[in-house]
Amino acid sequence: MIKVENLYKQFGDNEVLKGITTNINSGEVVSIIGPSGSGKSTFLRCINLLEVPTKGTISIDGQSITDKNTNILKVRQQIGMVFQHFNLFPHLNVLDNLTYAPIKVKGETRQVAEEKARNLLAKVGLTEKEKAFPSNLSGGQKQRVAIARALAMEPNLMLFDEPTSALDPEMVKEVLNVMKDLAKSGMTMAIVTHEMGFAREVADRVLFLDGGVLLEDASPADFFSNPKTARAKDFLEKVL
Amino acid sequence: MNLDFSQIVPYIPFILEGIWVTLQFVIISIIFGFILGTALALCKISKMKALNWFGDAYTSIFRGTPLILQLMIIYFAIPQLTGYDISPFLSAILAFGLNSSAYVSEIIRAGIQAVDKGQTEAAQALGVPYRLMMKDIILPQALKNILPALMNEFITLTKESAIVSTIGYLDLMRRAQVVGADIYRNFEPLIFVGVIYWLLVMVLTIIGKVVERRLKFSD
Repeated sequence: MIKVENLYKQFGDNEVLKGITTNINSGEVVSIIGPSGSGKSTFLRCINLLEVPTKGTISIDGQSITDKNTNILKVRQQIGMVFQHFNLFPHLNVLDNLTYAPIKVKGETRQVAEEKARNLLAKVGLTEKEKAFPSNLSGGQKQRVAIARALAMEPNLMLFDEPTSALDPEMVKEVLNVMKDLAKSGMTMAIVTHEMGFAREVADRVLFLDGGVLLEDASPADFFSNPKTARAKDFLEKVL
Repeated sequence: MNLDFSQIVPYIPFILEGIWVTLQFVIISIIFGFILGTALALCKISKMKALNWFGDAYTSIFRGTPLILQLMIIYFAIPQLTGYDISPFLSAILAFGLNSSAYVSEIIRAGIQAVDKGQTEAAQALGVPYRLMMKDIILPQALKNILPALMNEFITLTKESAIVSTIGYLDLMRRAQVVGADIYRNFEPLIFVGVIYWLLVMVLTIIGKVVERRLKFSD
């Protein structure tokens, strides 16, 4: 589904990604892990062009998105993204957060959008919060709303950029559970995470990045029990 | 003490009419300045260098020269150049609107830049086009934060509006001068319009506070 070829990204003199080549298949859940500064977030953000790659190509369903003529807005509409800091719209209530883009961007009627939004809120267990403002929600609730907001656009692919890193420990589970359900439903997911337990349990594949290079690409079972590179061994020793 | 406020009583209706005359061009100038200021702010944060340059040059000129000079140029100098006999009303709106927009654009630019970058990213990730993102997501949040600063600018404009008396526009200030010349007493009419200006500003202040409170609900 997604094909990444020889991806480079440079910020000024700082080369963050140094030639990443990989692919993510339809329905696959891929965890991207690595030490901080390894370029994993940048890699994820390149997939929906929040960062424009310096070099290399990314294509989705055979269609290049790094091409200059690509309509970036159309590409992004098919890709949901969940951020570390939620980034809910603070001046809109929960329901409006979910329906804003479907109504304004996809041109859905309010009625249709709200019905879908309510279904999604039920799925993430926040039905009773539809009129609440983000400032009145806990971190875990905010992140579940953020996931529902991304899903409201009916994306083919979901990107998660450290979705639990800003949460209090007791709220991590409720968010991970929502993500597990989503994985079970067959959604294609790419997840940058520090939750090794989650990666091991839910992911189909683990990508290990270090210093902007993709060092390992393996099944979680292989990667966690039997990492090939010294760098990955070292990393796992520190985090597990 | 030679004070006699009863002397201005016959002139009170004449002075009070000035409230509307002043308000008329102040309100239009505020709206004009706000819209133009927003556009200038968007120029300043644009990725296009030419627009950045234009926004900065504009601000530098209109903030860097006296307002009364700008008013005089528009009212006295433009007719000389174009032959078009511009009315005091139109001159006042142009001068105050153009001048105010320079200040407003700086306030709005700061407000936009203070909105968390994550908001832009979230909107972009949802495929929201730039125009909609600015209108529905970024500007509403920016405006909430800069409301006190904007109110300040509107209050300044209301008071500075007295400068139009210099081009013979019959606003509050000018009317006080006319009455003063008529009855050979200046203290009473000047104090009288002074109180009116103060009341106008108080009303603006209260409106600002109400709007601010209304916007607080999402905190």
